Amino acid sequence: MKALRNYIDKIKPNFEPGGKFEKFQSVFEGFETFLFVPATTSKSGVHIHDSIDAKRTMSVVILALIPALLVGMYNVGYQHYLAIGESDNTGFWTTFLFGFLAVLPKIIVSYVVGLGIEFTAAQIRGHEIQEGFLVSGILIPMIVPVDTPLWMIAVATAFAVIFAKEVFGGTGMNVFNVALVTRAFLFFAYPSKMSGDAVFVRTSDTFGLGAGTIVDNFSGATPLGQVATTTGGQVHLTNILGEPISLWDSFVGLIPGSIGETSTLAILIGAAILLFTRIASWRIMLSVFVGGLFMGYIANLFASSTYPGSMLSPLDQVCLGGFAFAAVFMATDPVTGARTTLGKYIYGFMIGVIAILIRVYNTGYPEGAMLAVLLMNVFAPLIDYFVVESNVKKRLKRANTNA
Amino acid sequence: MANVVKLKKGLDINLKGRPVNVVEEAAVSEYFAIIPDDFHGVVPKVVVKPGEHVDAGAPLMYDKNRPEVQFVSPVSGEVVAINRGERRKVLDITVKADTEQTYVEFGKKNVDDLTGEQIKDLLLQSGIFPFIKQRPYDVIANPEVNPRDIFVTAWDTAPLAPDFNFVLKGDEINFQTGLDALRKLTSGKVYVGMSVSNPISVSNVESVLFEGPHPAGNVGVQIQHIAPINKGDVVWTMSAFDVLFIGRLLNNGIVDFSRIVAVTGSEIKKPLYVRTRLGARIDSILSERVKKTNYHQRYISGNVLTGTKVSENDYLRAPHSQITVIPEGDDCHELLGWATPGLRKYSVSHAYFTWLLGKKKEYVLDARLNGGERAIIMSGEYDRVFPMNILPEFLIKATIAFDVEKMENLGIYEVAPEDFALCEFVDTSKLEIQKIIRNGLDELMKEMN
Repeated sequence: MKALRNYIDKIKPNFEPGGKFEKFQSVFEGFETFLFVPATTSKSGVHIHDSIDAKRTMSVVILALIPALLVGMYNVGYQHYLAIGESDNTGFWTTFLFGFLAVLPKIIVSYVVGLGIEFTAAQIRGHEIQEGFLVSGILIPMIVPVDTPLWMIAVATAFAVIFAKEVFGGTGMNVFNVALVTRAFLFFAYPSKMSGDAVFVRTSDTFGLGAGTIVDNFSGATPLGQVATTTGGQVHLTNILGEPISLWDSFVGLIPGSIGETSTLAILIGAAILLFTRIASWRIMLSVFVGGLFMGYIANLFASSTYPGSMLSPLDQVCLGGFAFAAVFMATDPVTGARTTLGKYIYGFMIGVIAILIRVYNTGYPEGAMLAVLLMNVFAPLIDYFVVESNVKKRLKRANTNA
Repeated sequence: MANVVKLKKGLDINLKGRPVNVVEEAAVSEYFAIIPDDFHGVVPKVVVKPGEHVDAGAPLMYDKNRPEVQFVSPVSGEVVAINRGERRKVLDITVKADTEQTYVEFGKKNVDDLTGEQIKDLLLQSGIFPFIKQRPYDVIANPEVNPRDIFVTAWDTAPLAPDFNFVLKGDEINFQTGLDALRKLTSGKVYVGMSVSNPISVSNVESVLFEGPHPAGNVGVQIQHIAPINKGDVVWTMSAFDVLFIGRLLNNGIVDFSRIVAVTGSEIKKPLYVRTRLGARIDSILSERVKKTNYHQRYISGNVLTGTKVSENDYLRAPHSQITVIPEGDDCHELLGWATPGLRKYSVSHAYFTWLLGKKKEYVLDARLNGGERAIIMSGEYDRVFPMNILPEFLIKATIAFDVEKMENLGIYEVAPEDFALCEFVDTSKLEIQKIIRNGLDELMKEMN
């Protein structure tokens, strides 16, 4: 450790203004503060500081995402081997390895593109490198179907980081959730690669692993995709081989869907980590679920075959699709969400309601969680505005009664 | 009449180095200093020259804007230096103390015989008036104003803070006299905020009992829960430690700036109380009490949240009854510190696991920021340590933008920088919030007056 510190101190002058590599100062600082806690001490104000910082906060969020990511990887492999009829003959680790190899390039692409832009922007502005993208970079591969081409992810990530984040001033200044903008960009620019039956299950091999021909009765539609195309009175959700799936299956997550979104169980483990460490707001998380269950219940109360989504039970609604993922990881983004205590309840509840509303009553969009969060991102400042105004009114009223 | 105000929000940072209830005499300090910066809002005009002899209680300088506000020497002796900084700003006026102290005689007085005006004049002449602050703006009080109320806090809840009840021993009569004098300075009431677990018996004033973690003892918090400040109101505030000066002046006829100072912090061998005098040199107070170490240490006049960084050769600052010494921390480089489980890292957030060790554990914190400055990312962080009916994040943002109307609407007149000290401590984004508020208040005062 000492040697490393000495080495860093030795090369540091090169990166300072006037040095050989001054263009890379932000990058250098980024790595230095990554390796060592900065020894900067307070100059004004409080003499002691809490140990929490942006790095710790972001790493906790990443930690919370890991269970969903791992289960997602396994599920990618599981769905693939199911599709080629080999699931019974394939071991756990091979299944996982297939998913791992399928997902890893997406993570790399998202990080390389996103962090590249972040580093450049930080250097242009003369800032320290901010940690925000560390979370967005892992969220992005988790909310896309497994067969989304890498170049699309690269284009969408670049778009989102530049136009949803850097133009607003970087981490902490963005109006929209960066990962969701990436997804929305993909969804509207390349709809054929973001929805439908062909993208959620990888049927070809990955780096030569798991080659095989797909079985005859295969259908790659996600449960929500099936719901959207249901005609007639009853909704029967099936897996990719046409066998019925239960609420338990969708809770555990061995169903087709976007990589990290399928397993409500793993997402709830992540939620536990976020709530336990108090990084995410329990108010938002809880009220998204309450809103979703509420709207699911209302829709189910007036179930009709015109809107097949309304025939799902409220519990099915929150376990299927990206709802749980959005509630736990997307809605709780403090930068784009509501920031007042009361505002958080309203914000969360509305996300839950709108997600199910879009899902059920707009048959063009089988999933509404993404749009609901983005929509409420827009309204979060408005909600806060009214909460702040009520505080202001109280103060004015107090002044008037005293006078 | 005692009503109890229970506060839930806030934070007691359990630091190592709490003082035991023992008072020792400090070594005699050769030099004393008055530092204009300790009295925020003052433009100093020095009235003495180096070489001149002054008695304890004789004026050293006055406020250019209000010449009646005088600042006096805490000791008798020879003025040795008037140190100036950039643009000839007065940094301090140093007095070399005589071995035999001589005092300016103000005469013993009975409060009941004096009018408010007479008391005010006496406080102005004797240099005690500048210890009274006013809200809004958190600057020294304007003697021309008749304050709505006067608030005294007799409970310091800051980390390792001195216990006023202990310091008060033997000075009870002076405290009561001081409060009686304050009562004549306002047509409203004098409120004394104190701890519910350790109340002080006072008469003729309103005692209000508080319960809860820091900043329950901050006068700003107490005001909000007793009688909040509205736009146009002016209230005065005073620390109970300084009220003693008024009592001693009236009862003894002299300016007696002796203080019992808590010497605290993890770097002190045996934290306790030391009897000294306002403006004494830090080394006379600390002498051999600091641990010898091979790492850097930080000396703070005051507490770790609102105190001023000083060196051994600096002086005990006027508002403080506490000295804290903690490790500086600038010479330690911690590898991948953000990734450790962090059982020795103190954090209110549960992202480090220290909170599992229970609330009794005492922590050693150094002066590191523990991170880089960022935009405000986390929400609701400040609210948890801000027990006022104010939205701290929005007020801070309005202050940064200097949107006067918004600042007014969100309660800028009710706050002082010290109220935001805990926000600054818990802040993930490591913003200098007290500085932001201080600058905002200064700007606002310029704008309004």
